[in-house]
Amino acid sequence: MHPEAAHSRTLILRGGRVVDPTQNRDEVADVAIVDGKIDAIGRGLAENGKRAGARGAGSPEVIDCSGLVVSPGFIDVHCHLREPGREEVETIATGAAAAAAGGFTAVCAMPNTDPVTDNQAAVGFVVRQSQRAGMARVYPIGAISLGQKGEVLAEFGEMVGAGAVAVSDDGKPVASAHLMRTALEYARTFNIPVADHCEEPTLARGGVMNEGVMSMKLGLKGIPDEAEEVMAIRDMLLARLTGGHIHLCHMSTKGSVELIRWGKQQGINVTAEVCPHHLSLTEDAVGNYDTHAKMNPPLRTAEDVEALRAAVKDGTIDVIATDHAPHHYDEKEREFADAPNGIVGLETALGVNITWLVKPGIIDLRTLIERMSCAPARVFHLPAGSLATGKPADVTVFDPAAEWKVDASKFRTKGRNTPYSGVTLMGRAHYTIVDGSVVYRKAH
Amino acid sequence: MTPPLGKDLLALEPLSADQIQLILDTAEPFKEISERHIKKVPTLRGATIVNLFFEASTRTRISFEFAEKRLSADTVNVASTGSSVSKGETLVDTARNLEAMRIDMVVIRHGASGAPAFLANRIESNVINAGDGTHEHPTQGLLDLLTLRDHYKKLKGLKVCIVGDVLHSRVARSNIWGLQKMGAEVAVCGPRSLLPSAIDDFGVRVFNRIDEAIQWADALNVLRLQLERMQLGYIPSLREYNRVFGVSRERLERAKREVLILHPGPMNRGVEIDSDVADGPFSVILDQVTNGVAIRMAVLYLLSGGKPELAEKAKGEA
Repeated sequence: MHPEAAHSRTLILRGGRVVDPTQNRDEVADVAIVDGKIDAIGRGLAENGKRAGARGAGSPEVIDCSGLVVSPGFIDVHCHLREPGREEVETIATGAAAAAAGGFTAVCAMPNTDPVTDNQAAVGFVVRQSQRAGMARVYPIGAISLGQKGEVLAEFGEMVGAGAVAVSDDGKPVASAHLMRTALEYARTFNIPVADHCEEPTLARGGVMNEGVMSMKLGLKGIPDEAEEVMAIRDMLLARLTGGHIHLCHMSTKGSVELIRWGKQQGINVTAEVCPHHLSLTEDAVGNYDTHAKMNPPLRTAEDVEALRAAVKDGTIDVIATDHAPHHYDEKEREFADAPNGIVGLETALGVNITWLVKPGIIDLRTLIERMSCAPARVFHLPAGSLATGKPADVTVFDPAAEWKVDASKFRTKGRNTPYSGVTLMGRAHYTIVDGSVVYRKAH
Repeated sequence: MTPPLGKDLLALEPLSADQIQLILDTAEPFKEISERHIKKVPTLRGATIVNLFFEASTRTRISFEFAEKRLSADTVNVASTGSSVSKGETLVDTARNLEAMRIDMVVIRHGASGAPAFLANRIESNVINAGDGTHEHPTQGLLDLLTLRDHYKKLKGLKVCIVGDVLHSRVARSNIWGLQKMGAEVAVCGPRSLLPSAIDDFGVRVFNRIDEAIQWADALNVLRLQLERMQLGYIPSLREYNRVFGVSRERLERAKREVLILHPGPMNRGVEIDSDVADGPFSVILDQVTNGVAIRMAVLYLLSGGKPELAEKAKGEA
């Protein structure tokens, strides 16, 4: 026996529709994974593997993927895992398990924890907790400013050394243009994106939903589109000035889409993300003061949703990210203005995206996979996002046609705050494979 | 049989013209009770009503309490300033406690828009909105309609201009919906910084100048200008507000015809309204207060399941 063979782990995904935009591949094939790396894609690998097993090369595990899509693993570049500080709401372990159940092989955790993830020790803590959990990979995002106070730059270099993949003061906008300029310049040294939550704070102050007809009817203070757009254009201009990479978080308005399109035409180093809820719901979901429709940025109008969908289709928006934001159930059980912003999204993202984007024919599966896997990996310089030989074996196997009804009580996340409760979605992860190991297997 | 208004009165926006008409018509026979020597009828005897006021209120609270007492209900007043958050107990806990005490109706005033709807979704008792945040104040809207109808004998085609801080006003919203449903023409007049940016989508005329509004209108409903609007930077000063938007006798005298003056109170004399207008011949501000009791009696009666056609009888012998 070959000395290494005893230790080699082989997993074969048999007969799925393998869709990998990075290789321009869309065909029914087997995927062979050896020792946590993509080894080969082709026909008959399962049978060859069995023969090899019979020769004593170690028997591979074979997963039947017929009727399923085999895709590079989904990556969520924007989620809130609440640990440290709010472990009763979510932990890195429960968040990573929820991610795996949603088909995500990696997520990026925002630094608005308590204490704030603004130094190398805090970044290291996230990395360690992620390794302990052993579910989806969790990449830390470090804070832009110490304590997210918007005053003093955090130590980007040390945080990157400890495992941070980007910096952001998400949850809080970077109000100071000078600080944003400096962050964009300084981040260039470490080749990381600066992710901004675009919200002009004086314009958005006190706002709890989209400003417009609904906010007037409900008597709730609105947040105008311009609160986002003013900051989006400022950030792009500062990226032009500095040559830094600005990543615009959770874009929600038609105007932002037009500005990003302009920025890209100008050659500005800008990337942008949109959330599944902004692609599927409008301000009408606030209805009778439903706090599960309260998020920041707020749900906008049908016109905005349409523009955002078109931007996902044409690539103006690079990435779909969840902004997964778990809250304790009773935090949402209160007056609309007092309820916290945000919804959980890791376990519904795939279904929402297929139901509202793929099913109506706005984008195809290849584009969906590009926006949920390949682009996030590219934008945040992460190792996976491709099934090319030698790549880390982070793979999502999903059924794009599976219909299922959302039951929040069955979620892996501790959060139950979703506007999709009881909604029938199409598309669900069956296997989530990280580093060659199956970390999630849908119960049958 | 489902009561004609449903379980709750949360807003005028979801009501039909028929339902509004019904409340106004039901209020008519109840007006007379307050004119009696003994102002009490047994209509709601045995009913328990909690007046839950999370925001300071004198006029509305007293008006509701008189309406309840004149209908012989048992009432309890709970006054709590500040939001439920600062108080410690959540609104949902308050709701559960009330429900556990087997009450029949809750009248709620709350600083957060939607708080009465929140409560109504969680308890079986009837909920009446006595003003929620910047959302609605339906009984105020109704008493304004009744006062206008008393004077003009109709609402259809009437031209009513709401003057002032429409953006933050629950009275303005209830008036816009109520008046439009009853066929009146509605305008607003105020500084653009105090009008909702979506105002043009609501089928109301917008006047930038108070003099134009006065020329157009049959009636002005003058809103209270909250003094903190100046501190928050919506307007530069109260002095200038009075100069530009204040309703003064000189301005009214330039009108071609009489213009009825309503104000939901409490008034800032010399800011949004001058004293000689408030106390002048075209002011129906105190009629509004009188009508408030009748409107609230009608709403309590109808929500408790009272039959509209029996309202005259329900009030008993004089």
